[in-house]
Amino acid sequence: MSMINYASREINCKIVYYGSGLGGKTTNLEHVYGKVKPDTRGKLISLATETERTLFFDFLPVDLGTIRGFKTRFHLYTVPGQVYYNASRKLILKGVDGIVFVADSQIERMEANQEAMQNLYDNMAEYGYDLTKMPFIVQYNKRDLPNAAPLAELQAALNPGWEVVDPARQRVTPDPYHAGENLIEQLPTGEWIEHATYFEAVAVTGDGVFDTLKAVSKLVLKTLA
Amino acid sequence: MSVGAGSWSFTEDDFGAITTTLQKFLYDSNARCALLVDRSGQLVATVGEQPNFDPTAFATLTAADFSANDQLAKLIGETDFNSLFHQGEKESMYLADIARRVILVALFDNRTTLGLVRLKMKESVHDLTKLFELVFSRGADGSVQPPGLLAGAEDEIDKLFG
Repeated sequence: MSMINYASREINCKIVYYGSGLGGKTTNLEHVYGKVKPDTRGKLISLATETERTLFFDFLPVDLGTIRGFKTRFHLYTVPGQVYYNASRKLILKGVDGIVFVADSQIERMEANQEAMQNLYDNMAEYGYDLTKMPFIVQYNKRDLPNAAPLAELQAALNPGWEVVDPARQRVTPDPYHAGENLIEQLPTGEWIEHATYFEAVAVTGDGVFDTLKAVSKLVLKTLA
Repeated sequence: MSVGAGSWSFTEDDFGAITTTLQKFLYDSNARCALLVDRSGQLVATVGEQPNFDPTAFATLTAADFSANDQLAKLIGETDFNSLFHQGEKESMYLADIARRVILVALFDNRTTLGLVRLKMKESVHDLTKLFELVFSRGADGSVQPPGLLAGAEDEIDKLFG
């Protein structure tokens, strides 16, 4: 639920980075914090344990530019990845405008990723939000690690696509970020499916971090257009 | 109405009425500053002394504070805690729920007392609840259309993220 303030001419939107524990959600925010100009960002707030595991959330507000005279302000949140923090994780999703699912590419983390994805769908459904109808990006992080699973395997497990039932949307839509791939396509069985946009990333070095942020922000602003 | 449901917007007249109510509260209670924060963590309004902290961070933490306390309430068998009090050595804050969608925060120091703030806040919460329920019901019956603020701005959005 974006908030538009006509008095201060600001559009405020909420983006949540979701995913399993130690997947790199906080690292995404830290990289953004380190790279954007200090006058375009607020404080990075971390409610973390002594061992730097996110306890409640991290929060970073950033300004990404001006459209139609309105400053576009994005409130970036991460959630705690560990399963036993589900209560606080769910709270952060309240009023969300866009979601980034940060998946840990390591093959050993496949199950944890799938659990987190299922948990995201469940928590969103409890609020009455439909993930397939809102800005949603999947980021495959830690692509530099030797034990990273092949991209196709990750896509099949975490982003297999959902059915497109609206006939008006049943047309091949190319993925603007990956040449030769489609976001909406027809399966040999005749069924139309849509995938979420995905990015590969190495959040510790910053690779893919801004691509992800820009893509989700753009999708969020387009929902207002 | 469930928490976090749908968008809502208020008109200039609503904003005027909200500000008047808050100003009266500050005058009656001698609190320093009153802030209205949406449950999703967005700052809606500030009246009184301009706070010398980051209001965005403040709003986020306030919403989180309230949400966490709601869960605590449920654990002990309550539906929610409709007000919270945080006491500091010099500065204190009192928070109250309005229509399950907005939080009123009063910042006050030792120029007033908790009793007075609580008493006056109760009146303001009553007035603001009526006001906000009207705002939300208007949004719910579809009479207020979403603003379509960026309608036709696709190119501009593409350029921004080019």
